[in-house]
Amino acid sequence: MKKKTGLVFFPAFDYAISPTHPEREERLLYTQDQVSEEGLLDFDNIFEFKPDLCTPEDINRVHFCVPGIDELVHASHLISVGGTLTAADKVMTKEVDNAFALVRPCGHHSMRVVHGTRGFCTLNMEAIMVEYIREKYGDKNGIKKIAIVDTDCHHGDGSQDIFWHDPNTLFISMHQDGRTLYPGSGFPDEMGGPNAFGTTINLPMPPNTCEEGFLYVLDEIVMPILADFKPDLIINSAGQDNHYSDPITNMKFTAQGYAVLNDRLKPDIAVLEGGYSIESALPYINTGIILAMAGRDYSQIREPDYDAEDQIQDPRISDYLKRLKEVTLSQWKNRHELRSQVYPDQPFHTRENSIYYDTAGIRESQVETVRTCSDCGGAVTIESRNESRPKRPIFAVQIPRFCCDACRAWAEEQFAGADKYTYEQVLLQDKDQDTYIEK
Amino acid sequence: MILGIDVGGTHTDSVLMQNGKILRKSKVMTDKSDLLRSVMNATQAVTTPEDIKQLRRIVLSTTMTTNAVAQHQLDPVGLIVMSGPGVAHGDLPLSDRAAFVKGYMNHRGMEAEGVDEDEIRALKKEFAKQGIKHFGVIGKFSTRSPAHEQTVQALLDGEASHVTVGHQLSGELSFPRRISTAYLNEAVWRLHSGMADQLQAYLAQLGVNVPLYILKADGGTIELEQSRHFPVQTILSGPAATIMGVLPYVPTDRDSVSIDIGGTTTDIALFADGAPLLEPKGVQIEEHKTLIRGLLTHSIALGGDSHVQVVDGKLALGPERKGPAMAFDGPVPTPTDAMIVLGMADVGDKAKALAAMTAIGAALRTTPQQAAQAIVDQACATINAKVRSMIAEVNSKPVYTIHEMLEGKQLAPADAIVIGGPAPYIAAALGNSLNMQMVVPENSEVINASGAAMARTTVELTLMADTEERLMSIAEEGVQTDIPRGFDMDDLIEIGKEKLQKIARIAGAPEEDIEIEVADSQSFNVIRDGSTTGKNFRVRLQIKPGLSKHATL
Repeated sequence: MKKKTGLVFFPAFDYAISPTHPEREERLLYTQDQVSEEGLLDFDNIFEFKPDLCTPEDINRVHFCVPGIDELVHASHLISVGGTLTAADKVMTKEVDNAFALVRPCGHHSMRVVHGTRGFCTLNMEAIMVEYIREKYGDKNGIKKIAIVDTDCHHGDGSQDIFWHDPNTLFISMHQDGRTLYPGSGFPDEMGGPNAFGTTINLPMPPNTCEEGFLYVLDEIVMPILADFKPDLIINSAGQDNHYSDPITNMKFTAQGYAVLNDRLKPDIAVLEGGYSIESALPYINTGIILAMAGRDYSQIREPDYDAEDQIQDPRISDYLKRLKEVTLSQWKNRHELRSQVYPDQPFHTRENSIYYDTAGIRESQVETVRTCSDCGGAVTIESRNESRPKRPIFAVQIPRFCCDACRAWAEEQFAGADKYTYEQVLLQDKDQDTYIEK
Repeated sequence: MILGIDVGGTHTDSVLMQNGKILRKSKVMTDKSDLLRSVMNATQAVTTPEDIKQLRRIVLSTTMTTNAVAQHQLDPVGLIVMSGPGVAHGDLPLSDRAAFVKGYMNHRGMEAEGVDEDEIRALKKEFAKQGIKHFGVIGKFSTRSPAHEQTVQALLDGEASHVTVGHQLSGELSFPRRISTAYLNEAVWRLHSGMADQLQAYLAQLGVNVPLYILKADGGTIELEQSRHFPVQTILSGPAATIMGVLPYVPTDRDSVSIDIGGTTTDIALFADGAPLLEPKGVQIEEHKTLIRGLLTHSIALGGDSHVQVVDGKLALGPERKGPAMAFDGPVPTPTDAMIVLGMADVGDKAKALAAMTAIGAALRTTPQQAAQAIVDQACATINAKVRSMIAEVNSKPVYTIHEMLEGKQLAPADAIVIGGPAPYIAAALGNSLNMQMVVPENSEVINASGAAMARTTVELTLMADTEERLMSIAEEGVQTDIPRGFDMDDLIEIGKEKLQKIARIAGAPEEDIEIEVADSQSFNVIRDGSTTGKNFRVRLQIKPGLSKHATL
């Protein structure tokens, strides 16, 4: 069926991390060429929109930028995040049925606390968009439960971190096995915090997984869980680096496969993440995704060097994916029982995280505490230190959306009790009241 | 002296100009069966034999090809399309009559699949059986490499009276538009060529040896003989003639808008620092979206003779025209009647205008004067809303660099040039509504003819160089050649300028009008395995629409 599809295209032809970096000026150049040559924007159901700029308020709803937004964020980020918000606006106001933010730079490796750029990402576009939608349209459009399906080849560890304690956001990441690829995480036992156990789902796939395997994981694991969760909105964190020609990964997905995936997943909003085969893959994948989202015929999408022989999947991969299905569906079904095994009954749960920022060369160490709560996602405190700098740590307090009174009281107490002598910065992010305060 | 002639569907307008001033003007009925006669009559109406000797050039704007498309009087065309993978064939224009054959280029102009010559030979026989003599050959990314289109064109030799190859039409990317444009070019080719023959006979009859130019959709001119190659460029030149006529009144240091109020419609165009804005992708005629460069113009169904009525207690203006104003013995009330009653226009039969407004007033339960005021207010508000939405659309056009995003120009017109019959009457009221400075030019009834007369020759060229492949291409010229080591952007611009100068001269541009500007230039790295192996340069050069320096001679 034909759908009205919005396209926010921002290739940032004047931005690169460095001239030969995969995330560089011409990353979307050939995609733009292909989209123009195919004449996609002349279809009566495909519309292009200019991105808006995102604001500090939008960022502060999700991140704790240390030392501050101005020191970390470049204009390109404001536009790429702004572009995802424009896509969200167009869908929420029903100007279009769905939208694709074809923007760069990317964002899914950015976590709650941001000391710099990691995995080419500074701001988490999908997360900022999710909180923007909830803040601006949540009540009006009846949007509470949101599912993010991360189809990038790399584990979406930033999005996982941000939604770890959010029972209303189902985060599913399908990616190349973390033992073989950056960032090295995203295993099936990473299932979320004590108040949101099970709403984080990781589907690591072996290197060389083909079209068959990707679509198996989609059809047999992702779609049934989505049907059960019943999200009000589906977001595709649409990395394109699973392609067989991608220079920094080892998978064998195809342009046709990406089109089929989006046709079946039917995301309300898709956001470009990674994908670095800028000549051989991106032009064809993006054309396929746009056609699929618009409900147009994508059957003739094919890379010039597509080889059907190369798509015959190793049976061992198929066997592994069958087991992955069994384990994942069983974990999903039994998530409430499993929770008590993983998180013993206690008022608070604390974990220590050590996070490396590969792009910026920073080591961050965190101590995170969440208040165990059956009424809301639970208030959280984070003590975070940038190990590369001889400074005091920062202290961040997070009040979740739909926060209960007890969690709010505890969070406010933590904020009041943290002193400026111990900490470089003391920050309070209140999602419910949409405020962000530095002490 | 310059002679400008605009052959419209009803009237043929002509002006004789000198030093940018109109010496004589005329409006005669168009003889639809005999273009030559219409042009000759229009010429004689404004010139003496003595004037004709002093002519430096003649410029003609005609709706002939436009009408042929609108009335589907088009020749059959053999369409040979090399699509490769991508958008499904069924979603491409004219797919029901296109022959899809093997062969395509990728986005960098490298062959992804070769042409099957046997397939083309078989197709050629098939077309011969059908008696088809005109062909369009269109390949995906043929602007990046013309090789496939050229191969097929050569194979059609002997069978075709004329072949349009897609890459020559435009350097812009859009495969579907390239198909439509190539099709239209061939479909009107015979018609236009016949017209060119007639016009050459006309010149012989006049006994002068001056260049004759044809106006194109972008408001530029092209010498008659050269226009034979791309007749499609003359489609929709009518609105362009008017916009070029407005140009002398357009300030060059700020933005402005032109509003052409006719009997049935109002046409709006925009100018940025004196330059008329172009359609971003190309003009559309009927169902055909094309790559033809054309001036941006939007039309609303509201004019001086629009049918005014009260529907459900509310005023409705247009979209139909039932006839002239009641003040001129028309059948129904019109905005012109309203302007007469308010004393804005001192024309026609005032009693009949008052009767018209009395009827509207009765339906609205107001006085005739209040009704007339409401009509004028609503007309101004409607035009204002359209102008605002057009500006907003231009300003929300996507951009692709951070620089343009943060520093990009925002169009903010402060002046409006109003032309057309009701222009002098409504200008003040419209100025209040638009909050703009209003200008009402003289001789606006022949402004299209003077626009054609003053327009300069426009040309454009799209170049690309790939230093990794050591290749450069000139899209419209079908050129793909080797480049030396160390080739850079300046070299590419230099080659392009030299080439475009030649093209401009051939198109008929006098030396003083050859002002080539770099419309766009982009440079990208080509990276292999983490190191820079070359550069990808992209340049678009143009002589943009404007007034010919000849216009002041």
